[in-house]
Amino acid sequence: MTAMMHEQQTLTPAGETRMPETKMTETKMTARDVKVFYGEKQAIKGVSIDVDMDNVTAFIGPSGCGKSTFLRTLNRMNDTVASARVEGTITLDGEDIYAPSMDVVQLRARVGMVFQKPNPFPKSIYENIAYGPRIHGLAHAKADLDVIVEKSLRRAGLWDEVKDRLHDSGTALSGGQQQRLCIGRAIAVEPEVILMDEPCSALDPIATAKIEELIHELRGRYAIVIVTHNMQQAARVSQRTAFFHLGELVEYGVTSDIFTNPRQERTKDYITGRYG
Amino acid sequence: MAEHTIKAFDQEMDKLRGLIAEMGGRAESAIEKAMLALQRHDKVLAAEVVAEDKRIDAIEAEVEKLAIEIIALRAPMANDLRDVIAALKIVGVVERIGDYAKNIAKRVPLIAANQRTQEPIALLPSMGQVAGEMVQDALNAFAARDADLAVAVVERDTVVDDFYNSVFRTLVTFMVENPKTISECAHLLFIAKNIERIGDHATNVAEMVYYAATGQTLPDRERGGAAAEG
Repeated sequence: MTAMMHEQQTLTPAGETRMPETKMTETKMTARDVKVFYGEKQAIKGVSIDVDMDNVTAFIGPSGCGKSTFLRTLNRMNDTVASARVEGTITLDGEDIYAPSMDVVQLRARVGMVFQKPNPFPKSIYENIAYGPRIHGLAHAKADLDVIVEKSLRRAGLWDEVKDRLHDSGTALSGGQQQRLCIGRAIAVEPEVILMDEPCSALDPIATAKIEELIHELRGRYAIVIVTHNMQQAARVSQRTAFFHLGELVEYGVTSDIFTNPRQERTKDYITGRYG
Repeated sequence: MAEHTIKAFDQEMDKLRGLIAEMGGRAESAIEKAMLALQRHDKVLAAEVVAEDKRIDAIEAEVEKLAIEIIALRAPMANDLRDVIAALKIVGVVERIGDYAKNIAKRVPLIAANQRTQEPIALLPSMGQVAGEMVQDALNAFAARDADLAVAVVERDTVVDDFYNSVFRTLVTFMVENPKTISECAHLLFIAKNIERIGDHATNVAEMVYYAATGQTLPDRERGGAAAEG
């Protein structure tokens, strides 16, 4: 497997998107020629990418490059922006998520999201986790919910820290704990994909390391896509990295290749700190 | 190449390249002086080569310190990372090249200043010159990120190997015919071997330069044609 990871990728002309050729896992989501417009302005200019199950995929790029916008197309968060219009095809397990028949609430349970600033509900730790499973009908009995709460908090790496105060308010936790609570909340509804939009940018280095370790542990169980401004973080947590610039997917490849030997000049200039 | 947004990063990388260029110049000069000292039986010049090796060692330490600082403080990526890693490896190799030149110089006083060994000694300077130029070119290739020049250095290694084989045979023949020169000729054999090793090390440097410049490793080549090594 290691040998495969280091296989050379073929060169493509600048601006063309490409897939890492070392595909060895199940593709979870695919995007084909996705374009996003905010009114007249085009924010995403024809992006095609596959997100697979066993790898953490990182989106990097300068501010305004479209990485967050693109991330939000993956669970239709852009639907909430009135002026936003999405073209192209995005599928989850082969199913078009923009099809009229798609239940958006159900989609967002399958494709969960963690935001930049931890945003727990102003309720107890327990309720933060139990809310999703309850409204999605995953559990009704208290005993079943207890099981889900414990399992989710364990997976989020938070159980040991909060098990004795499950009925304290979620907002009383530290920033890092709140973010792990939000990850636990996303996990509780048994998603297939977790999207993370700069999940550590409001956290200190220790809390960040805990989230990164958590991402590592969650890998394989969920397809994970993370948007980050911190290139070191992308390098640390992901196995695939996609570099966005001016609404284009400039380069997508095996993370170790992107950071040691990027193919595109624009990628190289960005990751080596040469953008003026 | 475009400049880094952080200017100090560029300055540090320039300093790294400058130190390596200086080290290369000094190593090449050490080889040249050692060969000259050998030809002229010049013990003073030989002692100079030995003394000057300290500066090469000092540059190695300085580059190591700077490279570690750059890695720790700048977190270099892509070509920057490859350059820093190559620099770190190159200085270790050039330090060895300096040691070989020093070893050649140390043997100069042990080779008697008489006419007996003039003939075999005459074989060595052109061999030394090829090896010295390989060192210089390999380090120039690093400074200029010139992958083609690096490949040219790698290809030239066979010239040094062929030289070595030829010198080896000549010295053995000479020793058989002039048994009184065996002691001197043994030193000359070691000197030839040192030059051959310098060629190999210059080749290693060139391979690192190629990697730093392109991100690709050179395909394996037939190593060391020095069959006479035995």
